[in-house]
Amino acid sequence: MSDDNRTGNEQADGKTPQDGVSESAYGAWHRRVLEGRAGLFAALTAVAISIGGLVEIVPMFTATDMGVGEDMPITPYTPLEVAGRDLYVREGCYLCHSQMVRPMRAEVLRYGEWSRAWEYRYDRPFLLGSRRLGPDLHRIAGKYPDAWHYEHMEDPRAIAPGSIMPAYSWMLERTVDPSRVTKSLRALQRVGHPYVDVSEENVRGAMRSQGNEIVANLRSAGIESTWDREIIAMIAYLQRLGRDGKAVLSGAAGEQEEEQ
Amino acid sequence: MESSASAVMQGTSPVRANYDDQVVKMFFTATVIWGIVGMLVGVIIALQLAWWPANLGLPWTSFGRLRPLHTNAVIFAFAGNVCFLGIYHSMQRLLKTRMWNDTLSRVHFWGWQAIIVAAAITLPLGMTQSKEYAELIWPIDIAITVVWVVFAVNFFATIAIRKVSHLYVAIWFYMSFVITIAVLHIVNSLAIPVTATLSYPIYAGLTDALVQWWYGHNAVGFFLTTPFLGLMYYYLPRAADRPVYSYRLSIIHFWALVFLYIWAGPHHLLYSALPEWAQTLGMVFSIILIAPSWGGMLNGLLTLRGAWDRVRTDPVLKMMVVAVSFYGMSTFEGPMMSIRAVNGLAHYTNWVIGHVHSGALGWVGMLSFAILYWLAPRLYGRELAHPKWVNTHFWLATIGIVIYTVAMWAAGLMEGLQWRALNDAGQLANPIFLDITARLEPFLWLRLLGGTMYLVGAIMMGINFWQTIRGSGKPSEPAPAAAAA
Repeated sequence: MSDDNRTGNEQADGKTPQDGVSESAYGAWHRRVLEGRAGLFAALTAVAISIGGLVEIVPMFTATDMGVGEDMPITPYTPLEVAGRDLYVREGCYLCHSQMVRPMRAEVLRYGEWSRAWEYRYDRPFLLGSRRLGPDLHRIAGKYPDAWHYEHMEDPRAIAPGSIMPAYSWMLERTVDPSRVTKSLRALQRVGHPYVDVSEENVRGAMRSQGNEIVANLRSAGIESTWDREIIAMIAYLQRLGRDGKAVLSGAAGEQEEEQ
Repeated sequence: MESSASAVMQGTSPVRANYDDQVVKMFFTATVIWGIVGMLVGVIIALQLAWWPANLGLPWTSFGRLRPLHTNAVIFAFAGNVCFLGIYHSMQRLLKTRMWNDTLSRVHFWGWQAIIVAAAITLPLGMTQSKEYAELIWPIDIAITVVWVVFAVNFFATIAIRKVSHLYVAIWFYMSFVITIAVLHIVNSLAIPVTATLSYPIYAGLTDALVQWWYGHNAVGFFLTTPFLGLMYYYLPRAADRPVYSYRLSIIHFWALVFLYIWAGPHHLLYSALPEWAQTLGMVFSIILIAPSWGGMLNGLLTLRGAWDRVRTDPVLKMMVVAVSFYGMSTFEGPMMSIRAVNGLAHYTNWVIGHVHSGALGWVGMLSFAILYWLAPRLYGRELAHPKWVNTHFWLATIGIVIYTVAMWAAGLMEGLQWRALNDAGQLANPIFLDITARLEPFLWLRLLGGTMYLVGAIMMGINFWQTIRGSGKPSEPAPAAAAA
């Protein structure tokens, strides 16, 4: 007796049934119409695996009542913030830090307002994260001064004893390239981010002026840096995270209190 | 094992000599090497979490860059090569025909290995798209698409020239793997290139998140589940020398699984700002998914009816039983974690890491080891150089998984509870995040221990195969030359 026979493999004449399967199962309709017809079987499999995805994903593009908030005052990331966001992706920050405050009492107490859909409108890629080895960062904007972030990136344990975060001291030395950031902005403009002037000159100027503000803040804390360092872009991004949403949501909360 | 080996030899059919087993051997070698590499990177990043100086202060060795290397290596390099090795080996026999085109088989092999090498270079350099298990940059994504098409053409052409009319259940699961991974990969990877190494997805915000977790969850479903169920349906009956328990059950759970799995993605986004109906659909379908998952588990375990005495002595069968049992456990745990209230506690914690590894180490890893051990003597025509090591490997891996998952459950529950704990005044009981982090340390060392045991077992397996293939093992009986041809 062939071992193949016991494992669903037929003998060469194609007529011997599998062990453990009755003759009737082998003459069954599904075997005749489906399990002997590879093309049809594959097509039906493709249909079966498509339905769930279509039902769940297509409405995300078509429905208008999802609170995506076209009218919400969310501004796209500035050139320096885009550069910082790219660094956040490069270093895999999202693997330890979420950007999604859940609507739970403890989360709101710890991090602030829970995250709304429209706050992510210009997030390409999304960086919600899936793990909190460190705290959530969606409301990190304004929580600490620029110098705190600088020193924390250089040596996390100097600022936060017991931290398990790696040091990112190379960001203090490396520089960002405005011409690369220009390309980023042009790509984002093509998918609908409302940037107006994406000439390299303008992008460089915007990066320099925003970067110099951070450099000035750092200088007042006794730290010397220049506007084009990676750390400056990173600080710009972190100081932006959740800022627009917080402004809108705290305003809304204030209005509610006034009404009461 | 000797007895089942000789049974196989007796069953050798005249057409067997025509099968392309060379490509199977190539995938075999790649599987063992990448498996050890991927698990080693896992142990390294586990050490980094327990002891931060292991990040070494270098950009390319920091946790954030090595973690994607670990996940990509174990999923696409280790598990991927196992799938291909098992598919190329079993489909030729199930369809009684040689692969349609040997050149395409080799293009597939070398293309896939080149993609892995490219991943191993780019990820530590920080070149990433940031989507979990879809991190690779857009040029590599295109290469994956091309290699996948090559594989699919060869796969379906081989089915077309098959010498048996009926398609065995393993082939159904392989088909769902080939088709679905293509769909998932292409849809999730659509992006606007910026430079050769940077791109932005065409989707934004929560739409991007939903597309990603539709992909991410079904990468688990159709890369780590359906092909492995196909492998189970071929190799478990072969190793146990028993027929599959129920043909009808295999039909029902196949169609139910491929239809239901795809809906479950949004359970990764519970309590996010994703529309409530999408979250609820994800949760409901995740819970329903227990049924077809357990259908597969039961069909696997019940196939061992009449062979349980051999399970006690045959390490290959022991590994298969543990694998299928872990499949059952993690496909019960997953739906439980998809319930909103449970997810509220489990999400973001080590519990999720424990869950993933009970599936990855328990189901995927153990089944892979079993297949490799079962196949090696048949493929290379030699008995294993160290047969007793297989049992040692089994126990190292099993105890390692238990230590790993128990440590992660404990850590996950602890951090989940302490993050949310409030005192009598309604304020956070643990306002300092790092206080909770510090309490996790013993569990992180335990996890490192469990993972290291698992890695040591895999290294023993590698040495065993190395010495077997190099000729330390006795030739298997009878007629090894004919079987190896």
